[in-house]
Amino acid sequence: MYWGVDVGSTYTKICGINEKKELVDMSVIPTIVNQDEIVKKYLKDKDIKMLVSTGYGRHMIEETFSCLVISEIKAHAKGAYFFNNDAQMVIDLGGQDSKVILLDKSGGFVDFKMNDKCAAGTGKFLEIAANRMGLNLDEFSKIGFDANKKLSISSMCAVFAESEVVSLIAKRESASNICYAVHESIASRLASMANKFACKSEVILFTGGGALDSFLVSLLSEKLEKTILPSKYPQLTGAIGAALCGYEIYQEV
Amino acid sequence: MSVEEHRKLLSEINVDVDRHAKMMNMGLESYKAQFMSQKNRPEAMKYFDWFMSEIQGQRIAEINELRKQKKPSVGAFCIFVPEEIIVGAGGACFGLCGGSPATIADAETELPRNICPLIKSAHGFKLQRTCAYTQSSDFIYGETTCEAKKKTWEILNKHHPVHVMNIPHMKRDKDLKMWKEEIIEFKEHIEEVTGKKLSLEEMLEGTRIINEKRKALLRLDSLRGLNPEVMPITGKDALFVTQMGFLDDPKRYTQKVNELCDELEKRVEDKISVFEKDTPRLMILGTPIAPPNWKLHTAVESSGGAIINEESCIGHRYYKDNVDIDNIKNEDDLMSELMKRYSEVDCACFTPNTPRIDKILKMYKDRQADGVIYYTLSFCHTYNIESFLVTEALEAAGIPCLVIESDYSPEDAGQIKTRVEAFLESISFKKKANKLKSKS
Ligand code: SF4
Ligand code: SF4
Repeated sequence: MYWGVDVGSTYTKICGINEKKELVDMSVIPTIVNQDEIVKKYLKDKDIKMLVSTGYGRHMIEETFSCLVISEIKAHAKGAYFFNNDAQMVIDLGGQDSKVILLDKSGGFVDFKMNDKCAAGTGKFLEIAANRMGLNLDEFSKIGFDANKKLSISSMCAVFAESEVVSLIAKRESASNICYAVHESIASRLASMANKFACKSEVILFTGGGALDSFLVSLLSEKLEKTILPSKYPQLTGAIGAALCGYEIYQEV
Repeated sequence: MSVEEHRKLLSEINVDVDRHAKMMNMGLESYKAQFMSQKNRPEAMKYFDWFMSEIQGQRIAEINELRKQKKPSVGAFCIFVPEEIIVGAGGACFGLCGGSPATIADAETELPRNICPLIKSAHGFKLQRTCAYTQSSDFIYGETTCEAKKKTWEILNKHHPVHVMNIPHMKRDKDLKMWKEEIIEFKEHIEEVTGKKLSLEEMLEGTRIINEKRKALLRLDSLRGLNPEVMPITGKDALFVTQMGFLDDPKRYTQKVNELCDELEKRVEDKISVFEKDTPRLMILGTPIAPPNWKLHTAVESSGGAIINEESCIGHRYYKDNVDIDNIKNEDDLMSELMKRYSEVDCACFTPNTPRIDKILKMYKDRQADGVIYYTLSFCHTYNIESFLVTEALEAAGIPCLVIESDYSPEDAGQIKTRVEAFLESISFKKKANKLKSKS
């Protein structure tokens, strides 16, 4: 088996593929301390031909398992392309970062944009806003469809944006309308990153936890005037990409 | 260590010695971890390792020795400081600390949060009294290159004398005329400090010394970056050597850099490279990289890339031009030549600033680089905004480019590394694709 481990800021994703490149094992575990120990336990007694790690904690896994590492960008490009090889652009919205990746026809990544360290336009921002409203992420993503007023949030900084949310609450704006505003701000950020590339493909793949948010998906496709396709197993895309990389390298050497 | 040996002197110049010692130890530790651990370093780096260990000791003693003889001692944050004049007067001109996050909280008691970390860090060093260079300076040289600096001088001046030189933001004849007057005024200010007239011959001698220093740095620049087959020194070491050029005695420094270059020349002959073959070669463009800000170089060179040049003020922008002194007959000629040389500096504070773009494109070609990283400090509006025009030109020329905006805090080191790794991967991918293309 070929394994991919993606240690993200919020979750650690593990997946395994077999000789036929079929996904046969996958798991999403919250990222806490000593993540390598947890991964070790998970992989104990499993057949490992190749292990490749990616994500924020990739170097920790590298040290423990002395395995190969690849960047998240490469991992996401690979994983997304695997399920849909028509797309030449991938948008990834994770807990602490957002990226837009441009692929060539054969799925190799050509270029990318990624947010700076600030949390605006990332999954964290959705989480902060949802918390403020006393909702979980799933609930928060649904109520946006009921918005009847196009409110907007002007601040680019997650901390200031949170206080804008607070003042919208104080103004008795409805939860749906506030939800709209928060999503709008993230979607515009992602769209402007994506628009910096003149992307020819009609379909854009959406990966990472953000792709689970159906309202965000619909806003984004409206803004970009393209079909936004949440990738299969959005959160696992990076781990799948890492496993695929391991598979390829194993065949090469 | 050295701080203890120099405790007496440091307290005499009103350094907060205990706090200073703590910071120095942190700095030294991180230097050891990031620099001394590199493999196959040139022998001649030993001098610079020593200098680092004595950075706030021996050198401070030397500077204060000069001050006892009433020689001027000037600290600066910008390469527009006419150091030729200071050195001509027998004094010392040095760059002040401004690359550490450890002083920023103190600075924010007086300065706004959202200005660039360089200014905040520097201001914090003064408030904390933890930079022995700041404490040793007769005055701090300030300029009007950006709003953050310009306004900070007014506040800094409450704690330490500041001499502000008005640097124009355009290079029309009337601006250049004013610039020359500013240099003359600067010279007069130096005379006030020393209480003595400066002769033409003294200033020429200062100019010669600094010309030699810039020549040595240019030599280092070509040795590290012009030959893709052999890279005899890491970008990190070369950056550090350049950074020390803003602190060390210029004559001794020039000699040491030339010794290093001799060794590098030999290494090139013997084909001793510190990077593997086909390591992607990157240039760094943008804002100055004040020590101990080694974040970007560490990220790149620990991810399988090599930095071959900095188009920065601590870098190529500093040493690319020299003062032409061949036909100087009087002081006025010298002032004109100084002004000419300084007006070649393509700092982003100028508008328009197209020579910078032309220079970058040419540099990229000459050095057969594989990509560039445009690095800017957060809230450095000049370089940040200019990045649009620069990257537009780079894209048009088909040059891979990554823009990174960051400050001195360590939190985003991991994220920067991810982006750098991905960038390096994409460069290698493109290289491979190009090879395949040229085969078919
Ligand atoms: S970037 Fe401009 S203002 Fe800053 S040190 Fe360089 S020349 Fe001076
Ligand atoms: S880095 Fe930019 S903002 Fe900071 S002092 Fe220099 S020019 Fe000004």
